[in-house]
Amino acid sequence: MDASALAAALRSRLGDEAVITDRQRLRTYECDGLAHYRVVPALVVLADTVEAVAMTVRECARRGVPFVARGSGTGLSGGALPHADGVLIVMSRMREILEVDRDSQRAVVEPGVINLQLSEATQPLGYYYAPDPSSQQVCSIGGNVAENSGGAHCLKYGFTTNHVTGLELVTPQGDVVELGGKAPDSPGYDLLGALVGSEGTLGIATRVTVRLTRSPESVRTLLAAFESTDEAGAAVSAIIGAGVIPAAIEMMDALAIEAAEAAVQCGYPEGAGAVLVVEIDGPRADVEHVFDEVERHCHEAGAFEIRIARDDAERALFWKGRKSAFAAVGRISPDYIVQDGVIPRTALPEVLRQIASLSTESGVRVANVFHAGDGNLHPLVLFDDSREGEATRAEEVSGAIIDLCITHGGSITGEHGVGADKAKFMPRMFTDEDLDTMQLVRCAFDPDSISNPGKVFPTPRLCGERPGRHQGVHQLAEAGVAEVF
Amino acid sequence: MGAGIEELQRACDGHVTSATEADAVLGVQPSWVASPASTQEVAALMRVAAEHDLAVLVRGTGTKLAWGNPPKRCDVVLDTRRLDTLVEHAAGDLIVVAGAGRTLERVQQDVGGSSQRLGVDPPRQGTVGGAVASGSTGPLRLRHGAVRDLVIGMTLVRADGVVAHSGGKVVKNVAGYDLGKLLTGSFGTLGVVTEVAFRLHPVPAGQRWVVADVASAQDAQAAVQDMVHSQLMASAVELDWDDGHGRVGVQIEGHADAAAGCADEARDLLGSGATHEERPPGWWDEEPQWTAALLKVTHEIAGLPRLLDAIARSEQASGLRAALRGSPAVGVGLVGLRSNTDSSGDARAGSASGDAGSAGHTGDPSGDGLADAVARFTESLRDDAASFGGSVVLLEAPTGVRERVDPWGPVSGIDLMRAVKAQFDPGRLLAPGRFVGGI
Repeated sequence: MDASALAAALRSRLGDEAVITDRQRLRTYECDGLAHYRVVPALVVLADTVEAVAMTVRECARRGVPFVARGSGTGLSGGALPHADGVLIVMSRMREILEVDRDSQRAVVEPGVINLQLSEATQPLGYYYAPDPSSQQVCSIGGNVAENSGGAHCLKYGFTTNHVTGLELVTPQGDVVELGGKAPDSPGYDLLGALVGSEGTLGIATRVTVRLTRSPESVRTLLAAFESTDEAGAAVSAIIGAGVIPAAIEMMDALAIEAAEAAVQCGYPEGAGAVLVVEIDGPRADVEHVFDEVERHCHEAGAFEIRIARDDAERALFWKGRKSAFAAVGRISPDYIVQDGVIPRTALPEVLRQIASLSTESGVRVANVFHAGDGNLHPLVLFDDSREGEATRAEEVSGAIIDLCITHGGSITGEHGVGADKAKFMPRMFTDEDLDTMQLVRCAFDPDSISNPGKVFPTPRLCGERPGRHQGVHQLAEAGVAEVF
Repeated sequence: MGAGIEELQRACDGHVTSATEADAVLGVQPSWVASPASTQEVAALMRVAAEHDLAVLVRGTGTKLAWGNPPKRCDVVLDTRRLDTLVEHAAGDLIVVAGAGRTLERVQQDVGGSSQRLGVDPPRQGTVGGAVASGSTGPLRLRHGAVRDLVIGMTLVRADGVVAHSGGKVVKNVAGYDLGKLLTGSFGTLGVVTEVAFRLHPVPAGQRWVVADVASAQDAQAAVQDMVHSQLMASAVELDWDDGHGRVGVQIEGHADAAAGCADEARDLLGSGATHEERPPGWWDEEPQWTAALLKVTHEIAGLPRLLDAIARSEQASGLRAALRGSPAVGVGLVGLRSNTDSSGDARAGSASGDAGSAGHTGDPSGDGLADAVARFTESLRDDAASFGGSVVLLEAPTGVRERVDPWGPVSGIDLMRAVKAQFDPGRLLAPGRFVGGI
């Protein structure tokens, strides 16, 4: 494509400083949180308004130029990886909380609003925004919408898709469409359900209406240390089996604990083969009774030490080790892959044993951190890129772990998304017919496949005839006003 | 079409019968009723339908067949009731996978033995497929979310007979588009759902109800807001409203030793006169009284008093009387209409036949007059919809109303919806015309 012509067209409408073409500056945007994929975009647009987004998309659409939306760039699957011949539309300037409607338990925000900022803004009213990905201090709600982000507390409170009730969408043709609102069940297809988690392939959200959740009266957190992940897993089974839905139930194995200690000195019990962090929240009377039960189940499963957070500071310390775990493995390994797979929770002990034997056979170390309540594993596969062959072996182990998840009836991703990274795994989880059917939705929204192309699906679908759409020579091209790229 | 019947018989292993008048859907008479017993049979059936251009309408127990527009055409009713397998109940994983034709009641029995439940408790208890296709809603939605939030996987047969899956058997899963949500509430217009995987929840050991009378729209709002902002995290907050007053009911669930105390707190919040019960009130999870028509309304949570005022204005505009039952802390409810002369009591019209509200059910006004009145009520309430921030959908209505007023009302994003329909069902075989905008 002719980037300079497109840049000129965009500059004339958006102003010079909203359009970046300088190679050095473009490189700032070459990757998201999955840094080993790097592509420098042809140009970057810093969008301030829905009009700017719609105008940019329309310019892209009429030239057949791909575009990719980017929030804070914290994604771990390369979902916001730029397109070399495309426009990267940066949404992070649209960061205003437009409305907080306490009495209807909703907030209306621009997509660049940082996840945690919404909770901080509503906390004085006794409310918060429930989805809490570990990156919540920096990730944007628009990015959360694209990825259907989860977090440690989604076992009880659900994922982004359960908390979005309305969107303003810029379609891949550049039209602005309102979907849903503060009320539930808008008549018609649940397009919100299709859009949330579509990884930017169906358009760009420019305004998001979300549920606000009442802050719980009581929150209690314990840290339980076990000799082994088997014992910790048995405790999880006992807790869930007793009908308890904890706000969160997180597990780390010995290697992950070692890393966390090295990084943030969280002071977890020494010699633990596994720790569980269990959080119970709700009405005070209920929490007291349930928490006692949880403590008992941990003891019975063999916990050799149980600590109960006495205050928010201690709770924060319990969580610090867990939330820092990904970055922390950098202390014990020069390089690592963060994996994200899901298994039925009851398969946990077996899958952990299989991961351990994969690790032993290959000589590749694997640290395990996971949301135990919903079977969402985050194995951290450690390697040293400077040693020949290690990266390849680590990739193989990481892929084998995903295969284990599929074999056990699980998923190739629980919360990080497919993005650029896992499109190749999609055919292992879904048949050609399944993928073809999903792409019918893509064809309905984006028949030219210009909205974040190359993500999610390993091979694009040809969309066939498109009644009512413009075909043939564009009128401007015909008039000699614009070139066809 | 004559050639089609033998192929249909082969597709469904002989389970195809001639349709009778009882199989008509809103006056549209199908030719055959086919009862496939497996996803493969449904796929074979849809291939025959596609080849012979047969329009197919999916039916479970038929409790909601009268909702929506009449189909533009209907050759085959696909009866799902033989698709009634319990595929899997993994109690430890809190999931269940069931055939679309299995009834909600049976699924609750399947999982109830493990002290688990499917958080779908609509007043009309048909099949799993029906609940999914119509997006059923009941009191427990406040705690467990809507049907769309509980569907974690789905098997569907496309209009061209291709079998597809989405999601899976795990709750947490972001691989690929969430077709389960798109199909949920699509009224059978995008594909034939044959199997659904749901997330389950444990049944709390402690369950209590608190009921308080509310004498005005402001009272109702105050009671609902008290519960919405309390930290008791009620499982359900229901409103039963008729003639300018009503009752708010609250379901408290939790630990066996804690629920009673929490319910006492809720009773104190709701003020003097509130009562604490060990059983749900008699009106719990029932539809409002209606003889003329039934509507679904949605609203912003805080828009409740404006909805109640709008209902009162629409009663005046139409000369009908209206009753509301709903989940105001979610923002959804059902409005039942009856003519002024109907006695209150158990006058609700049966509706499973799909021929709701022939004029004979009602007093005065009747016939055209009744249809006019229902249309006027619906339009009047829609005129006020912006004030309560929601929508008004006509579910059951007497003959003639659907010619006067669009059952679905205005729809935002209709062009995208048409594009989705055109991709999934380009030949318009699946319930053509039934859904929004005549999709």
